Amino acid sequence: MNIVSKSMAKIDGMDLATGKPAYVDDLCPKEALCVKILRSPHAFAKIVTIDIEDASKVAGVACVLTHADVPGIRHTIALESYPESSPYDRLILENLVRCVGDPVAIVAAEDERTAAMALQLIKVEYEALEPVLDFEQAEGNLQIIHPESDIVTNFNIGLDARRNVASSRLEEIGDIERVLNECEVVVEHTYYTQAQAHSMLETHRAFTFLDRGRLVIVTSTQSPFHVQRLVAQSLGLPANRLRVIKPRIGGGFGGKNKALVEVFPALVTLKTGKPAKIIYSRQECFNSTTSRHAMRGRVVLGADRSGDVRAIDLQVLTDTGAYGEDSADVLVVASHNVLPIYGGPKSVRYRGTAVYTNKMPGGAFRGFGAPQSVFALESAMNELAAELKMDPTQLRLKNTIKLGQAHPFLGGSQEGKPAVVNSSTLDQCIERGKALICWDQKYPRREVEGNRVRGVGMAIAMHGTGIARVDTAAATIQLNYDGGYKLLVGASDLGTGADTILAQMAAEVLATSLENIIVYSADTDLTPYDSGAYASSTTYVTGNAVVKAARLLREEIVRGCAAIHGKSVDDLELDGQFLRTVDGAWEIPLPELAKQLVSATGKQQPAATATFGGDGSPPPYVAGFAEVEVDLETGKLDLLNFVDVIDCGTVINPNLARIQAEGGIAQGIGQTLFEDMRFDDRGEMLTDSFMKYKIPCRKDVGQILVEFLPSLEPTGPFGAKSIGEVVVHTTAPAIADALFNATGVRIRRLPITPEKVFKGLQQKWG
Amino acid sequence: MRITLWINDRQQELEVTCDEFLAETLRNNGYLSVRQGCSTTSCGLCTVWMDDKPVLSCSVLSVMANGKRITTIEGVQDEARAVAGFLVGEGAEQCGFCIPGLVMTVLAMKKDLRQPTAEQIVHYLNGNLCRCSGYMGQLRGIKKYLGVE
Repeated sequence: MNIVSKSMAKIDGMDLATGKPAYVDDLCPKEALCVKILRSPHAFAKIVTIDIEDASKVAGVACVLTHADVPGIRHTIALESYPESSPYDRLILENLVRCVGDPVAIVAAEDERTAAMALQLIKVEYEALEPVLDFEQAEGNLQIIHPESDIVTNFNIGLDARRNVASSRLEEIGDIERVLNECEVVVEHTYYTQAQAHSMLETHRAFTFLDRGRLVIVTSTQSPFHVQRLVAQSLGLPANRLRVIKPRIGGGFGGKNKALVEVFPALVTLKTGKPAKIIYSRQECFNSTTSRHAMRGRVVLGADRSGDVRAIDLQVLTDTGAYGEDSADVLVVASHNVLPIYGGPKSVRYRGTAVYTNKMPGGAFRGFGAPQSVFALESAMNELAAELKMDPTQLRLKNTIKLGQAHPFLGGSQEGKPAVVNSSTLDQCIERGKALICWDQKYPRREVEGNRVRGVGMAIAMHGTGIARVDTAAATIQLNYDGGYKLLVGASDLGTGADTILAQMAAEVLATSLENIIVYSADTDLTPYDSGAYASSTTYVTGNAVVKAARLLREEIVRGCAAIHGKSVDDLELDGQFLRTVDGAWEIPLPELAKQLVSATGKQQPAATATFGGDGSPPPYVAGFAEVEVDLETGKLDLLNFVDVIDCGTVINPNLARIQAEGGIAQGIGQTLFEDMRFDDRGEMLTDSFMKYKIPCRKDVGQILVEFLPSLEPTGPFGAKSIGEVVVHTTAPAIADALFNATGVRIRRLPITPEKVFKGLQQKWG
Repeated sequence: MRITLWINDRQQELEVTCDEFLAETLRNNGYLSVRQGCSTTSCGLCTVWMDDKPVLSCSVLSVMANGKRITTIEGVQDEARAVAGFLVGEGAEQCGFCIPGLVMTVLAMKKDLRQPTAEQIVHYLNGNLCRCSGYMGQLRGIKKYLGVE
């Protein structure tokens, strides 16, 4: 391969890195009205009255909208393929607020200061209700967070709003109680993972304007087509009255897979006819969007003395907050992208419940339930290894799912037809990671000078690659008159380099250079449908569509050439710059042929569109290893080294894949060691700035070493699987076990702060 | 009120309010590389130079910058391209939103530190947050740019 598997620079990299205007706010017309939101100060309250008179009179205020002025259609803002699994449990504005930060009124003004001033003049009388803040007390609580009778679900997701249950599911293979009873060793523990803030550096933002009577939305989103559909639905408009344009995105991580902001400027534009923009402050980005679902995971593992795991029982409870965005799918991923990493157990049971509370909603965040589940499962595996006095790497190697093995929880499984692992180098990843971290020399602990000890720990993980039989993508490629190509995709490049790797795939099939391909994404008026940049899908789902389209286009070009020049289709070959007869006796340069094809000679511009949707969701695998140093006097933990060895199938662009891994690990380090969204006893978020909510800085990441051991996935484009999400999974359990191996202290509740380590040391050693 | 700034060596008379910060003034006047990520002086996105020293423009009142020389990445494109090339060479620019601020800090570091060690680089740039890259690729690129091990 000439282009695939090469570390090509991102096609828009230099523009972005030198500060060229490319993001939503850079493109917004200067005269756009500034939109601001009045938000609830209460975690749970009825709105008795809203008085907007004074606010409306402020010079420069264009409009003030309350729940009386906007459509009252229950909808979801979760950007999922139709039919969405998320319950339709939101109104744009409602007279019942369910969390601090819930929107109460929309103000649009000539400038930000005027809008801010008008916000302060809106008088709202609330009847405060007792909020439900502890997610372990939510189910069956007398306080019902969604008392409304008009919640819609598209299919059974186990919603029971009367009991504050947004979603629930049960899956069981074999008879778990019986198998556990027969096991020689049983370990049972409960683990907690906290809510985490996406903290993308570009906050949520969008602007809107009217063009020939249609509403145009320019937004920083991961899924423009879902925005178009869901915003139209919430406004009661046909989707084709909306056009959604996604320019460059300043980070998403799942946080921009919500139609959080678009509807507000849209309403203002529809009301006033004027362009309008909304830019969330960092504080709003923290306290009025979504977060990773906080989760409690209870694990029971049964094994025999030799380390064969016979039973896995995982029960999770997630805090979906005020609304049920992604609550059902997160419960699926927390099982299906986690449990099938072990192939041996006779019985596996999974029970998941997502409960409503009066806090900011949970939602999609890189990993989507899996990192929380992985922390529970892999920590329990490490505790089992300790119980068995067995090296945790050996326990893993004994139990991992092997190539060709089936598991009914794997993505794409159907009743009676479990999906099969068609590509895996997981066991080699474990062996290679051991070598890279020098496991045999370092496990379990080493004393260093003073009061410091070092320990190593590890964990393994899998994920999916797109959502089988749900998500789809189309790609269109055209041959231009000049012999170059135009690739149109509806996929969202979030900065990851999706546009680049898709162009690499097209260039490889068309035997041309990367420079010869113009990529455009994404605009619902111009680019073909794509479900969006989530669920680790773009490389695989959109990539397969691009490969298919490029192959069709090759055939189209050959057919066009044959027709014009009286050749046989079978006798012609496209080698990139020339079309030649197989014997080499005749050739024509592609640019010349292209001109003939589009002109009166050919009257046929070659173009091809292809759509792909996966029947499976082939898992990528990772083995993660941590080395930590712990100060026994203070409990301070320093991460020295983190090693990830990854099987993401064929690596389409090694540099970009490596950065995905390093960035994912850094986010995992943040979640493991300090990131923690905290609320006070009235439900107000305490951690609503980077002063109070720390994300990793350069000094926090230690040394990260990433290596790839590619398998070849038969269904993947050039053999590729996904990379984006699997790389956040192993940090927490690996670091937690490194701490245990260093000190004997086991932390089962993230984040692992020095305080917790210090207390653990005191309890352990006095 | 009216202030005079020399932005990228061009004298500009600007009308600002007394509570306006430099980041806002620069953006309002078309310097779109200047971005805000936090409003608590935590992220480094809005880094520009004031009289050749890096400052967080979100925390400098525009009136305090009156009469000063301000440099944004638009004004040092050649130097910026040199740094950017190494970041892009590693794929470490990712979403790019934080990169102009980082590049301005790297260029300032190059003037401040001779042959810095990796530890000194990390320390100098610690105030420039990035949520995408995990920092390792940026360090690889910056070391190559500076020609240090």
